[in-house]
Amino acid sequence: MNKILEVRDLSKLYGPGCPQCLELTGPQADTNLCPSCGTVVAMHGVSFDLHEGEILGVMGESGSGKSTVVKSLCFDLAPSSGSAVFYDGAEPFDLFSLNAAKQRWLRNHRFGTVYQDPRQGLNFNITAGGNIAERLLMSDVADYGAIRMRAKELLARMEVLLSRVDDLPRNFSGGMRQRVQIAKALATRPPLLFLDEVTSGLDLSVQARILDLILEIQQELKTAMVVITHDLGVIRLLTDRALVMKYGRIIESGLTDQILEDPQHAFTQRLVASAL
Amino acid sequence: MAPPILEVQGFGKQFCLHEQGKVIPSAQGVSFKVLPGQLTALIGATGIGKSSVLKGIYRTYLPFAGRVVYRSADGSMEDLQVASEHRILELRRGEISFVTQFLHCLPRKATLDVVSQPLLAQGLLGAEAQGRAEELLRAMKLPERLWSVSPATFSGGERQRVNLARGFISRPRLLLLDEPTASLDSDTAECVIRLIHGLKAAGTGMLAIFHQTDMTQRLADQVLELTPPVPLPEPAGAAA
Repeated sequence: MNKILEVRDLSKLYGPGCPQCLELTGPQADTNLCPSCGTVVAMHGVSFDLHEGEILGVMGESGSGKSTVVKSLCFDLAPSSGSAVFYDGAEPFDLFSLNAAKQRWLRNHRFGTVYQDPRQGLNFNITAGGNIAERLLMSDVADYGAIRMRAKELLARMEVLLSRVDDLPRNFSGGMRQRVQIAKALATRPPLLFLDEVTSGLDLSVQARILDLILEIQQELKTAMVVITHDLGVIRLLTDRALVMKYGRIIESGLTDQILEDPQHAFTQRLVASAL
Repeated sequence: MAPPILEVQGFGKQFCLHEQGKVIPSAQGVSFKVLPGQLTALIGATGIGKSSVLKGIYRTYLPFAGRVVYRSADGSMEDLQVASEHRILELRRGEISFVTQFLHCLPRKATLDVVSQPLLAQGLLGAEAQGRAEELLRAMKLPERLWSVSPATFSGGERQRVNLARGFISRPRLLLLDEPTASLDSDTAECVIRLIHGLKAAGTGMLAIFHQTDMTQRLADQVLELTPPVPLPEPAGAAA
């Protein structure tokens, strides 16, 4: 398997920053707020590799920096330092040195992002089909008939009733909105998908079906995915490898079954021991 | 004689429980070989570390001591304890299978899909994988009406059969079996014995833990009795 993403030393600091920031924060210090200058160290020294078609889990409690990692990688926020290289086939893209237009292009064509809150990923003022058309229009497809057909195909794949293609997502249930969001993210067949707490807040039966669909897609399209979740069940069922974050740092990484059955870090041990 | 497929030298495992400030030894000084087409059985009292050895080889447990040298299909030797995570995943997809006592699968997934999944992951076509899965479930005497149902609703024995079928289907080079017949009736256990003989004939090397001694006698080519690990005195560095 080839590498699709190489992330090195990613950091994000909110605040002025001082020479002690990194020393005085982190799991050892039990805070991510620098006591000396008030800077929040949202993420620091995050490095990992992702291979084609692989699903990587990122777990940790709220505020541990999971979403910051993904938001940086899909250009929702600029990291303070670090690098990330995306390999599109043989062509490498140094993500943070690209100009805004190229970043937008990658985001619209080659990456897909599914958020916990469908409002972030969907435009609630246009129909479900329109949402998918919006993403397709940003790529090379411009023919109305072709777009409509592709939108219907995608929604059907995600098990959204075709009779509701022309309804507004605001009138959908939570599970349906999430399916439309996944369909939209997949519209351009991206090789890399970011999933940020996609099943949180959904009822259990819907959760199971969405996880199932995600795995089917991964098998069909060989999409590489970064899955953020605080749900250990999702990590166990979906991912091959996982990272555990706390106070912006990766405290442990490894094969998913190893992290869950033989956790090394005190925090991971507590996390796994408290799972229902 | 064919060279061993797996050679374990001085394997040891201990758990460091940070919250309790304790170090629990689980296995130590375990050495043995697994030959292709043969079954090595681990025996010993409960809690002696049999499962730890299996999990250590599969890398579900991180190594503490020793070497686990695996000879892969291309003849190269590598220590599984230090192999990269991606390499381990590759081996799990293609060469090494592990049948545990528990079945973890997505809820609401049909049994046939659960069983054929390892073949699909290897890139086999759906119909072919499905065919092999049907063949195995039939050999395992799982009633056909259950094939389209999720194993979540099954009894312990039925679930165990699904679990075994999933482990057997990819015809791995190395198969790790953790009490595979514990919850099976004697008829079904016979079916499993036949399948294990079939895999042996095909050259699969196996490392197994059996609950019943007659199983060990009937299937094992080598038997290794584990000795209990020596309990550690209260460690100084455990709370670190």
